[in-house]
Amino acid sequence: MNNSKEKIQTFLSRYIRNQEVKDDTDIFGGGLVNSLFAMQLITFLEKEFSITIENEDLKLDNFRTINAMVKLIGSKV
Amino acid sequence: MDIKLSEQQKTDQASFREFVGNEVIPNANRYDREARLPDDIIAKMASRGYLGAVLPEEYGGRGMDFLTYGLLNEELGRGCASVRGFMMMQNMVALTLLKWGSQEQKERWLGKIASGETIAAFALTEPEFGSDAMHIETTFEEADDSAFIVKGHKKWITLGQIADLFLVFGKRRGKLSAVLVEKGSPGFTQTPMEGVLGVRASMLAELHFDNCSVPQDNIVGKVGFGFVPVGITALNLGRYSIAWGCVGIGQACLDACVNHVSTRKQFGDLLKNHQLIQAMIADMTVNLKAGRLLCYQAGQMQEEGDQNAIMEIMVAKYFTSKMAFNIANDAVQIHGAIGCSSDHPVQRHLRDAKIMEIIEGTSQIHQIKIADYAYREYAD
Repeated sequence: MNNSKEKIQTFLSRYIRNQEVKDDTDIFGGGLVNSLFAMQLITFLEKEFSITIENEDLKLDNFRTINAMVKLIGSKV
Repeated sequence: MDIKLSEQQKTDQASFREFVGNEVIPNANRYDREARLPDDIIAKMASRGYLGAVLPEEYGGRGMDFLTYGLLNEELGRGCASVRGFMMMQNMVALTLLKWGSQEQKERWLGKIASGETIAAFALTEPEFGSDAMHIETTFEEADDSAFIVKGHKKWITLGQIADLFLVFGKRRGKLSAVLVEKGSPGFTQTPMEGVLGVRASMLAELHFDNCSVPQDNIVGKVGFGFVPVGITALNLGRYSIAWGCVGIGQACLDACVNHVSTRKQFGDLLKNHQLIQAMIADMTVNLKAGRLLCYQAGQMQEEGDQNAIMEIMVAKYFTSKMAFNIANDAVQIHGAIGCSSDHPVQRHLRDAKIMEIIEGTSQIHQIKIADYAYREYAD
């Protein structure tokens, strides 16, 4: 789990600079990212963790924080 | 980066080239003049699997990898931007439904799109909102537990005159969403548009949704996820298609120029021996090669699921659309009066190339996004 968090943290750090993103930071709520980032995030999660994000996964709460993304990944592997 | 094509890709490329040479190029100027694609060219593309090129075989598709799909776009683009655009639009909607549609939507529509039985279209742009897509005004109001009421007006919709199925973008309680609207739905009308500058056989239309009722099951993805990821999935494939199509336009113009300057004499010498002509041919050649390499790279990254593929596709589309316009512009210049005739393809390529700098994101929107990308990628 920690390994997953680190990978996501590293990915996010390239997009969100000058601000620490903690495990429970709401990355969408603070206007930290744009629409292309959101698409790149989906692509990253799919490739890095060998999962497929599907129609039923489209809930903002699944992607809002690092903790939420780790939980989503865990539900698929 | 290894960009060598596999034997299968080379075979497919030769097949695409033969199809375009036999079926598209001889008719492309006529399609342009008549501002319409006849049923037979659509049927021929369907029979070769082009309309479901990116779909897996289980849905009637051809299961092409992204590089092969790129090669198809280059070849079709070399022949006719309108024909390529038709193929692109079917694959944009099909891929989006494959990725984000419900199982019922996939089973109902994908096979029909691949076979050409259903013609699909993408309806985002409105009279007052193009690049500023987040502020579109079409709305989806909940009528009851089973239906949405669509209200709004779309404009400049490719294939809007003939499409049977529309992926329509609007807002549900202020959140961007996407729904499927079928031709003939109550309150839905398609009004043809005429007299556009280029890609004239795109059969553009305005779409009016006057309290149009559609089943709630027609939502694609989820409410609030209409632009990301649903719309972006379609636009990403569209930009990739256009980038390769622009390489095709550039190649068609360069081929025409090389042929023309090798046979036409002025001042007692072939045009090819005049240094100002050589300068234009050299620039065409270099830029075309650069554009094709960007497309190869973007295609390979998309195939590998690279998170930056979406940005590299924007880089490729931005570069190749400018490149195609510049090459076509020089091609008309080199051909002189001959190139201005409606009988000659270079004038069509010039008009079509201009459109490529506008659709699926203008060059200026691309510049903004590419600058953001550079700030991220090259920051210390």
